Amino acid sequence: MKASGKGAMVADSQSGLQYLGKTLNYIALIAVSILLLIPFLWMIATSLKPNGEVMSVPLQWFGSKIVWNNYAQAMTFLPFGIFIANSLIVGIFGTLLTLLTSSLSAYAFARLRFKIRDKLFLAYLATLMVPQQVVIIPMFLLMNYFGWVNTYQSLIIPWAFTAFGTFLLRQFFMAVPFEFDEAARLEGATHFGIYWRIILPMSKAGLATLAVFTFQTYWNNFLWPLIIVNKQNLMTLPLGLGRFQGQFGTQWNLLMAAATISVIPALLLYIFAQRYIVAGIQFSGLGGR
Amino acid sequence: MVIDPVAVSGMKEGYFDRLRRKMGHSEGWVAFLFLLPNLAGFLLFILVPIIATFGLSLFQWPLIRAPKFIGIRNYLQLFTADSGFGRVLLNTLYYVIVYVALNLVVSLATAVWLAKKRPGQNIFRAAFFLPVLVTPVAIALIWQWIYNPSYGLLNFALHAFGITGPNWTGDTRWAMPALIFMSVWELFAYNMFIFIAGIQGIPVDLHEAAFLDGAGAWMRFWRITLPMLSPIIFFGTTMTLITSFQTFDQVFILTNGGPGEATNILGLFVYNNAFQYFRMGYGASIAVLTFLLILTVTIVQFLFQNKWVYYESVR
Repeated sequence: MKASGKGAMVADSQSGLQYLGKTLNYIALIAVSILLLIPFLWMIATSLKPNGEVMSVPLQWFGSKIVWNNYAQAMTFLPFGIFIANSLIVGIFGTLLTLLTSSLSAYAFARLRFKIRDKLFLAYLATLMVPQQVVIIPMFLLMNYFGWVNTYQSLIIPWAFTAFGTFLLRQFFMAVPFEFDEAARLEGATHFGIYWRIILPMSKAGLATLAVFTFQTYWNNFLWPLIIVNKQNLMTLPLGLGRFQGQFGTQWNLLMAAATISVIPALLLYIFAQRYIVAGIQFSGLGGR
Repeated sequence: MVIDPVAVSGMKEGYFDRLRRKMGHSEGWVAFLFLLPNLAGFLLFILVPIIATFGLSLFQWPLIRAPKFIGIRNYLQLFTADSGFGRVLLNTLYYVIVYVALNLVVSLATAVWLAKKRPGQNIFRAAFFLPVLVTPVAIALIWQWIYNPSYGLLNFALHAFGITGPNWTGDTRWAMPALIFMSVWELFAYNMFIFIAGIQGIPVDLHEAAFLDGAGAWMRFWRITLPMLSPIIFFGTTMTLITSFQTFDQVFILTNGGPGEATNILGLFVYNNAFQYFRMGYGASIAVLTFLLILTVTIVQFLFQNKWVYYESVR
């Protein structure tokens, strides 16, 4: 009895320590999370302050009143509605085009036999390492030659043929068992039929991962739109934000309102597509293993 | 780039043997049709521009006039006459080395911390991850405001500890550290997620066996987690190096290379020469050197990997 009582006490104090450790860990996690989010909280706080109170010493988290009107004002200075619409157009069409071309080529690399398959695939992979700066000057000259400067197609088309998409989908396609192809074949399906009715539906997670990843890349791209677009009605959101800074560089409440507007889509995307975002990162990080 | 086809294929060996058995004859023309849309775009928009950049770098081309072949004179000018280039190279190395080192330490530490499954983990991970998702332009704007010398949040916080903060982005000594700090805050969670996946892939019985042998948490980190994770750390280091050599958005908005030349780095230098001064050939020669620099660093990385990267013997 005595011994078991003592044992229970030890176990008790151990679980007590564990409990304490867990609690401290949670407190630390919460503290660090808040610390990491402070820049965003400060952005929102600034975006709601009245004009005269943005630059005041000592700093206050909240102004004397909450000025929602800053958002309306930011939107009237520059057409953020148009910028968001442009970013959506570029992001959505870019993603669709990427999904289509990558999935077709991925099918060839995963399911078809042809002579130079492995060499060609390595050539694709090698270009993953090439920096954007290396292609961007000839790309600009090419767009100039096509007469595509200041067009949607120049924002969308050049970046829709990524080796990454082909690589990612190929790995997902290879995970689909051959038995499904064979069954379809016995029923007389063509390769396009197998691709469309078997491989694609069975690789939805891969397609979603690539879609989210691609959309994100298009949505955030800044350098290329900066080079290829200078008409306000074609500007994407990052470009519009950059322009806003140039014109209203000292009106921090309006600038932060504009920044907040640009953060919201990222937040929404994360809430609805967290799984695929994480999958995409981990895929790229693990080199497809 | 050295690529191991088996590792890259990610499949047990024999996938393509089975493909040959199941599919029979070669299907060149079908494959060609499937490849055509992607391959055409790939050739036109990726492969041709890569090659063209090398060609362009041998020309003088101010865009408004016809290009003129000048051999390697762009390169000669960069190394002998353009005093700015040496500064840009040093700045870039400063940025890359400090940024990559900090990024890896922070991402590894937080990955170990967050890898353990616990209730509410998705909320914490989301908080860590939000900066990665937000447009870099917005991030740089927010930090420009935080770094503001008179009304910025950072100097206000430092003031509470009796420290008078500098003019972060306006002081030649502080602009680069400010840029690096912002970049680490913005992007470390990307590697963190990669490392979390890696840590969760380490077999639990390894840890259990070590635990039973009396190894503490610290020991287990050095003797198990780190060696088992080293291939992924290697990959993360390589990718972070490659991307950090190309940094543009953040520096363009935060400091635009200033004050003076204090934060002028290669990405900005290429942009300014090609698209501000419209020196296409000269810009291309800088792009080529950037590429060669990245290639060299990557090759060196691969050459030294067997010194510290632990690969499980192939099963």
